[in-house]
Amino acid sequence: MTKNNVVRRIVAIALLLLSHGICAMAATPAPPAAPSASGIEQRVAACIACHGREGATTNAGYFPRLSGKPAGYLFNQLRSFRDGRRFNADMNYMVQHLSDAYLMEMAEYFAGLDLPYPPVSPVSDAPPAQLARGRQLALEGDAARQIPACVQCHGAALTGVQPAIPGLLGLPRLYVSSQLGAWLTSERHALAPDCMADIGRRMTTADINAVASWLAVQPMPADPKPAASLPAALPMRCGGMPK
Amino acid sequence: MKMRHLGWTLLVLVLLLGAAAGGIVALNLRGEDPLPEQAEAFNATPQRVERGRYLALAGNCAGCHTTRGGQPYAGGLPIETPFGTVYSSNLTPDAQNGIGSWSSAHFWRAMHNGRSKDGRLLYPAFPYPNFTQVTREDSDAIYAYLRSLPPAPAPNLAHRLRFPYDTQAALAVWRALSFKPEAFVANTAKPAEWNRGAYLVGGLGHCIACHGSRDSLGATQVKLGLSGGLIAAENWYAPSLADPHQAGLADWPTADVVALLKNGVAPRGSVMGPMADVVFRSTQHLSEADLAAMASYLKDLPGVPAQAVAPVRPAAATTRRDAGTMARGAKIYDQQCAYCHGDQGQGAPGAFPPLAGNRAVNMAETTNLIQVIAHGGYLPSTAGNPRPYGMPPFGQVLDAGDVAAVLTYIRGSWGNDSAPVTQLDTMRR
Repeated sequence: MTKNNVVRRIVAIALLLLSHGICAMAATPAPPAAPSASGIEQRVAACIACHGREGATTNAGYFPRLSGKPAGYLFNQLRSFRDGRRFNADMNYMVQHLSDAYLMEMAEYFAGLDLPYPPVSPVSDAPPAQLARGRQLALEGDAARQIPACVQCHGAALTGVQPAIPGLLGLPRLYVSSQLGAWLTSERHALAPDCMADIGRRMTTADINAVASWLAVQPMPADPKPAASLPAALPMRCGGMPK
Repeated sequence: MKMRHLGWTLLVLVLLLGAAAGGIVALNLRGEDPLPEQAEAFNATPQRVERGRYLALAGNCAGCHTTRGGQPYAGGLPIETPFGTVYSSNLTPDAQNGIGSWSSAHFWRAMHNGRSKDGRLLYPAFPYPNFTQVTREDSDAIYAYLRSLPPAPAPNLAHRLRFPYDTQAALAVWRALSFKPEAFVANTAKPAEWNRGAYLVGGLGHCIACHGSRDSLGATQVKLGLSGGLIAAENWYAPSLADPHQAGLADWPTADVVALLKNGVAPRGSVMGPMADVVFRSTQHLSEADLAAMASYLKDLPGVPAQAVAPVRPAAATTRRDAGTMARGAKIYDQQCAYCHGDQGQGAPGAFPPLAGNRAVNMAETTNLIQVIAHGGYLPSTAGNPRPYGMPPFGQVLDAGDVAAVLTYIRGSWGNDSAPVTQLDTMRR
């Protein structure tokens, strides 16, 4: 086993332990709003035990918010959980027998919700140098190591881009760092070409901690919605984004 | 003298061992036709291929021979057994790794006799004790279909079984004790539809693999029929299909049995856990006629006569429930369950099942209840129920004590009067 592999394994185990411990903090469900004709609110009631009422978790725990994320992104993730590209035992189990059409309906439901974000606490236990490094990675990237800036793909305001690039703000720090860790250790995959896997493998655990810490303390912009499009072409090809 | 005595003893032992080995080999070869010297001409007509596609669905071949997101029928799925892990094989027509070099006679020998092309004995995780009943015609159709698939180069993975289960000799002994190739024998006293159902349930459907009990060597106990069994590796209980207190179907209308297998949901029940997988991958694709035939057979299973059934539920006065546990359970129920299942366990028609009077809730065996609370799950998307409802995985928010308390509450409320669930039950597997 190479040293690099050992490090990756340790990171993976640490993240696994972290995410399992954190799962206990899941939100308590509350009844969703009045049902629509399609009854979709009741049909996705199974999601709220973890993702919160109407998929609007805060950034305090582990589970990511679903509300307002681009539908294409949510759909890609649901399919990835079903088809074995992404791993979370509960998610893999929940969606294993659901059709594309139904997963798309669920994705569109959560994408269409326009709920206020809770205020983000600016307090972080990360040292200032780490936050500065995170800011640099997010806004400028690291050209020498071919790591593009987050803003190049996730939108200038980091609120995501239609139809399939997720926003990076308003998410739990632990969730962001564990996802980046999963890219690093090849435990999360996307449709080929898997651009985030390529970027994730170029990052170190220090990079991941830095960028996750910085992202987690950024306030939501006045307009938290995903951008309609990117001003320039993506720096690399991504299978999740339609050409 | 002593030496001579020892010599005789040894000789007798060797002869006995030789006779035993010969007997085992003979038992393993019984009912096995010699392979034709030259591969016979095989005519894979489109009709035959289509028939094979349908029959492969009836047998849920892809359920084991496909990994999650992997190429269908390319194998590689680990199947956990009490004896170790068996990996499913590549059934695509790849010449190196699949069945590209197999003849229809090789395939028939695997299905009917449990022997691979190279002569090796197959592990019964491949349910040939059931598939042995499949006709040659149906075996040939499945062969034709598998040969029509795109070849996958995926190599077969070596099983990881403990000694001695990893030896062909142990497998030969097992087969001598527990397997006999036999064709399906119709019951002439029963109508054709019943017999069609018996053929599907007992052959390709291999329902007994889960709904039956197994002996200490893992062999399904045919004599006990579909009287329920614990699926050890998955920790789910496949309820008895003959017992009216479990999943017996005798008093269900045929249309409801068909609906359950076709859509995954019926007026008095729905499928979760491993059975959701069976409906999703297999039975939803079967014709109404075949499902009705299976229903006809299953409704007629020699069950426990209703009057002889001992009351599963003890009389109310004798069921002792801890007041503190009930209060804890009630609180959890109100917070987590009542929104969907109703404050009186009445459910919501067409969406969420009632818990009051639900036999799945009141079964003596509580494994499935604990699984459903911990892992949740959606009913399968089917043509008849494309947008199913689901249950959250409460393992995220409830600990073992919570699960025991809320189940004790549910099983002791609204007319339910079943034994409490202990914290130990929630940890047992």
